[in-house]
Amino acid sequence: MTDRSTGDDARRPDSGGSGRRPALGPVARVRRAWVRARHGWSSALRAPPVRRFRRNRAALTGLVLVLLLVALATAAPLLAPYAPDAQNLRARLRPPSAEHWFGTDEFGRDLLSRVLFGARISLMTGLVPVVSGALLGTFIGLVAGYYGGRIDTVLMRVMAVLLAFPSLLLALAVVGALGPGLTNAVIAVAVVGVPQYARIVRSVVIGTREEEFVHAARALGARDGRLLLRHVFPTTLGPLTVQATLGIGFAILSMAGLSFLGLGVQPPTADWGEMLARGRRFLPDATWLLAFPGIAISLTVLAFNLLGDGLRDALDPRD
Amino acid sequence: MARYIVRRLLGLVPVLLGVALLVFAMLWIAPGDPVLALVGESAQGMSREALEELRRAYGLDRGFVAQFVDYVTRLARGDLGDSIRTGRPVLEEVWLRFPATLLLAGSAMAVAIALGMALGVLAAIYRRTWVDHAAVVVALLGVSVPVFWSGLVLMLVFALRLGWLPASGYGDWRHLVMPAAAVGFSSSAFIARITRASMIETLRQDYVRTDHAKGLAPGVVHRHALRNALLPVVTVVGLQFGGLLGGAVLTETVFAWPGVGRMLVDAIRARDLPLVQGTVLFIATLFILVNLVVDLSYAALNPKVRYD
Repeated sequence: MTDRSTGDDARRPDSGGSGRRPALGPVARVRRAWVRARHGWSSALRAPPVRRFRRNRAALTGLVLVLLLVALATAAPLLAPYAPDAQNLRARLRPPSAEHWFGTDEFGRDLLSRVLFGARISLMTGLVPVVSGALLGTFIGLVAGYYGGRIDTVLMRVMAVLLAFPSLLLALAVVGALGPGLTNAVIAVAVVGVPQYARIVRSVVIGTREEEFVHAARALGARDGRLLLRHVFPTTLGPLTVQATLGIGFAILSMAGLSFLGLGVQPPTADWGEMLARGRRFLPDATWLLAFPGIAISLTVLAFNLLGDGLRDALDPRD
Repeated sequence: MARYIVRRLLGLVPVLLGVALLVFAMLWIAPGDPVLALVGESAQGMSREALEELRRAYGLDRGFVAQFVDYVTRLARGDLGDSIRTGRPVLEEVWLRFPATLLLAGSAMAVAIALGMALGVLAAIYRRTWVDHAAVVVALLGVSVPVFWSGLVLMLVFALRLGWLPASGYGDWRHLVMPAAAVGFSSSAFIARITRASMIETLRQDYVRTDHAKGLAPGVVHRHALRNALLPVVTVVGLQFGGLLGGAVLTETVFAWPGVGRMLVDAIRARDLPLVQGTVLFIATLFILVNLVVDLSYAALNPKVRYD
């Protein structure tokens, strides 16, 4: 929750993060003078995106958490003390101990190992729907925004209908039609994202369509496909990255929800949502079965939210 | 204003038709024979002839468009089909559970608005202090913690350990506290965010400075500012309603709350397609109407909005 809409940072350039503004070197001073002359006072005080991101403590925390998570997920086979589905019926429902740091579940499976392997499922179910939804949504947004007219009207009507559903309800509807299961749940969450990406990309494209560099490229003989891909698409990358990062958090949350309801990842696959659905039956005693998977989901989603917010503050084209 | 409302209502027609089309298409997207999807397990012993008979009876032998027209006509008459499991009309099943969901959603909304606005206003007034930072952290947790998990944690602490509240079920207000708190908390974050930004913006206005200059007490000044800061918040409340309905689906399952959401999940598990379709259509329509009401109230609250 930083002050995006307030324009406040323009006056206090160091407000986003820690510390004072670093002293400017000679090159930077010239650059600032040039930018000031060209764009006016306030934009010159605005640091470039990378520096703005680096000053944002919350965003950096998010980035570190995300990287840590990816590392843990990748190294899960090396780090996990046990195989995620190795049962040990003599050690069922054990509380956390030196042997089992996170305790064990009702089959005597090591919870730490399952949570570690669950990170892989979680990242996968976060990334796949976002990438596929973003690809399709971007395509629709590019076409609608660039060509306009009737194509635009029809495509955006369809997107408006998709947006008329509450997100989780749309996902449930898709799962309801296709049937429960990991693949169908991923498709469902991807469908939910499509109209959001389409809308964002379209609005950027409409703004870019009439820019000088697009006209110039067209005058030089660029075809529509090339024009869209090489000249128009890159301008959407900023907003798209922000939306996708926040989208990963949302996708992980939705997938965990679907798996919790028994409609997503199916047992015995180690998944955080599924672990919670199973663990709740052993309350109030086996609190560790509730705590660790829940904290894992929350931290993961938090990491992507922090990172996404930070990226938005750094890249926001409205500044 | 009346003409504006009528025009907005008419504008909903294509969206509602689109929603109906999508819900109708679920039958075609569903893997396998649509007849089997509609009749369910009871079709297993049926002869091929009997199935063909049924296909004709449901009108499934005709083209997609003809069937869709049929579907919409039936919808207009309030006929959402029959549930496979219970054999009762879908609309009846939905109406039976709707009050419980409405109660949960309404209470959760109240929690979300109260909590979100309080956090947002405090964060804006005590900007860049620990109060602001704490409010930001709480709001961030709201969007990051899964609603079914916070529900379970509440249940563990207040029902299973402390025994203050019943763990699940439907009855008096004590059953409502935890589900409403869980859903409300997760929806409050966005409201807090918008309230804070809007309040900060408002506190910078000239009339607020004038208020201060006149020597009004800070409380009075903040009340003046809040009124104007609330407009953007109203629109967000409508959008949040969607997330709230989604949260309700999950939370109803956690707390065995006999609402529409839990019925939907059960219907999906049981592959009761007519019931799934009917429930989805019902909730989507509700969501669209709520957003219209929010839009209209925004227009009514904001004297700057013109109706032409």
